[in-house]
Amino acid sequence: MISIKNCTIQAGNFRISEINLEIPTGHYGILMGKTGSGKTTILEAVCGLRKIASGQILIDGEDVTHKRPAERNIGFLPQDIALFDHLSVYDHIAFGMRIQKWPKQEVEYRVEELAEQLQITHLLKRKPAGLSGGEKQRTAMGRALSVRPKVLCLDEPLSTLDDDTHDDVIQLIQSVTSANDITSLHITHRKSEANLLGDYFFQITDRGVIQHQKCFS
Amino acid sequence: MSKTTDTVDKLKLNDSLGIRLRKVPSDKPFIAGLAFIFSLYILLILGMLVADANYTSFEDIGKTLQNPNIQYSVKITLLSCFIATILSIIVAVPTGYLLSRFRFPGKTALDALLDIPIILPPLVIGLSLLILFHKFYIFDTSIEEWCVIIFNKVYYLIKGVKPDFSVGVTYKVPAIILAQFSVSCAFAVRTMRNTFDQMSPRQEQVAMTLGCNRSQAFWLIAVPAAWRGIITAGALAWARALGEFGPILIFAGTTRGRTEVLSTSVFLEISIGNLEGAVAVSMIMVAIALSVLFLVRFIDGRKGGIYDIH
Repeated sequence: MISIKNCTIQAGNFRISEINLEIPTGHYGILMGKTGSGKTTILEAVCGLRKIASGQILIDGEDVTHKRPAERNIGFLPQDIALFDHLSVYDHIAFGMRIQKWPKQEVEYRVEELAEQLQITHLLKRKPAGLSGGEKQRTAMGRALSVRPKVLCLDEPLSTLDDDTHDDVIQLIQSVTSANDITSLHITHRKSEANLLGDYFFQITDRGVIQHQKCFS
Repeated sequence: MSKTTDTVDKLKLNDSLGIRLRKVPSDKPFIAGLAFIFSLYILLILGMLVADANYTSFEDIGKTLQNPNIQYSVKITLLSCFIATILSIIVAVPTGYLLSRFRFPGKTALDALLDIPIILPPLVIGLSLLILFHKFYIFDTSIEEWCVIIFNKVYYLIKGVKPDFSVGVTYKVPAIILAQFSVSCAFAVRTMRNTFDQMSPRQEQVAMTLGCNRSQAFWLIAVPAAWRGIITAGALAWARALGEFGPILIFAGTTRGRTEVLSTSVFLEISIGNLEGAVAVSMIMVAIALSVLFLVRFIDGRKGGIYDIH
C-alpha cells in the first residue's frame, strides 16, 4: 500500500501542499495533472529523492517519511529511463541484488527469471547503447523489479515509445505487476494508458490531489 | 501593365493561402567565416611550430637529448607531471561532484575561490607557496619544518634509520610537483564540475532506490559515467603542469640536475645564450605534448559535430 497523508513539498519556489493519496496493496494508481503541476515531485517524494516539508508517507503501513531511498524497497522507472551506460543488461538487472549482497546463485536465478519474463534473455550481454526504445524500457523494468520491491514508481515510462511498443510494454507492466503483487504509482499524460492500467485515479488540481472514482473520460 | 497585374495577383493568391515564399540566403558565407577564423588561429599555432622547427634540426635535438641535464629534466618533467595529474584528478573528481550536486552555505564564495590559481599571475602562486611553507607557523614551526619532521619520523619507522639525504619540500622535486598541482588542479576541478553538471543525477537516484548509499552511487555510477570528463580533466591538468614555469621558478628554483624541468630548461638555455638548445628543448616539449594529447583524443574516441562540410 502507498499512503500519502497531508504532505507538503517545497522545491525552491515551487510548493505543493495538502497531498493525500492512497493506493491499496497490489493495485495500480494513476497520477495525472498539467505539466509543471508537481507530478514528478510527488513521485520523487515517495521514492525518498525529495524531502517533504510536512506530512507522512507510508509504504505497506510503515512510515518511510524520513527513510532514505535505499531503505524504502521501491522500484523506480524514471521518464528518461536512466540506464547505466557502462553496464550490460545482465549487470543492470543484477545491480540492486549485488548491492544488497544477495547470494551469487540467487542473483543468477533472478536475472534469468526476469529476463525470461521480460523477453530480453538474448540481450543480456548487450550494453544500452545499441538497444531499441522498447528493449531499454524492458531493461529498466528488470532493474527496477530485480530486488522484489513492494512499490513501483513509474514516471511517464512509455512517453517515448512508438504505438506498437507502447502496447507491448503496457501488457508487460500489467502482467509483471499483477504477478508480483506490486503496488504501483504511475504518472502519465495519456488517458488511454491510464484507463488501461489504472485501478485508482488521481489528478493534481489547484485544490490539491483529487481522487476520481472511475476512469478518466 | 498586364504582367504587373499578374505578379500582383500571384502575390495576393500566395498571401491568401498564407504562403510567403522568400529566397533564403546561402549558408556558405557563414561557414566560410567560421572556417576563416578557425584557420587564422591554426595558422598562428602552426607558424610558431614551423618557425621553431626551422630554427633547429634533428641533429641539434639529438645533441640536446644526449645532455645528461636535459635527460634528467625530461625524466623529472614526466614524473612530476604524472604525479601532479594524478593528484589533480584525486582532488578534482570529488570536488567537482560536491559542487555540482550539493547546495551548502558559502558555496558561491568557495566556488569563486577555486578559480584563484587560474586568475593569479604564476609568479604570485610561487611566491605564495614559498611564504606558506616558510613564513606560516603552526605551533611555532613552519610548514616546511613540519614536512621534514613528519618525513623523518615516517622514514625512521619504515627503515629504522634516519634519512642520509637532504629532506624538504622547497627547492626540491616535491616543490615542482606542488607548484604544478596548485595550478593544474584548478583547471581539473572546473572540468569535472562541468562534466557532472552535464550529467543527469537520475542514474544515481535510480541506484539509490536499488540500495546504494550516496558513496556507492558516486563510485559505481557517477564516476564510471564521467570517464570522458576525467580523461579531459587529466589531459588539461597534465598539459598545464607541463607548461608550468613561474611557480616552479620561485618555489622550486631552477638548479641544474636537481629541480630542472623542461619549461625551466628552456629558460636556463636562453639565460646562457644557447638559443639553439632552447629551441631544441621546446621541440622536445612539443613532441611530448602532442603524443599525450593525441593519445587522449584517441582514447576519448569522439569526433563531435553534426553537419558535414563538403
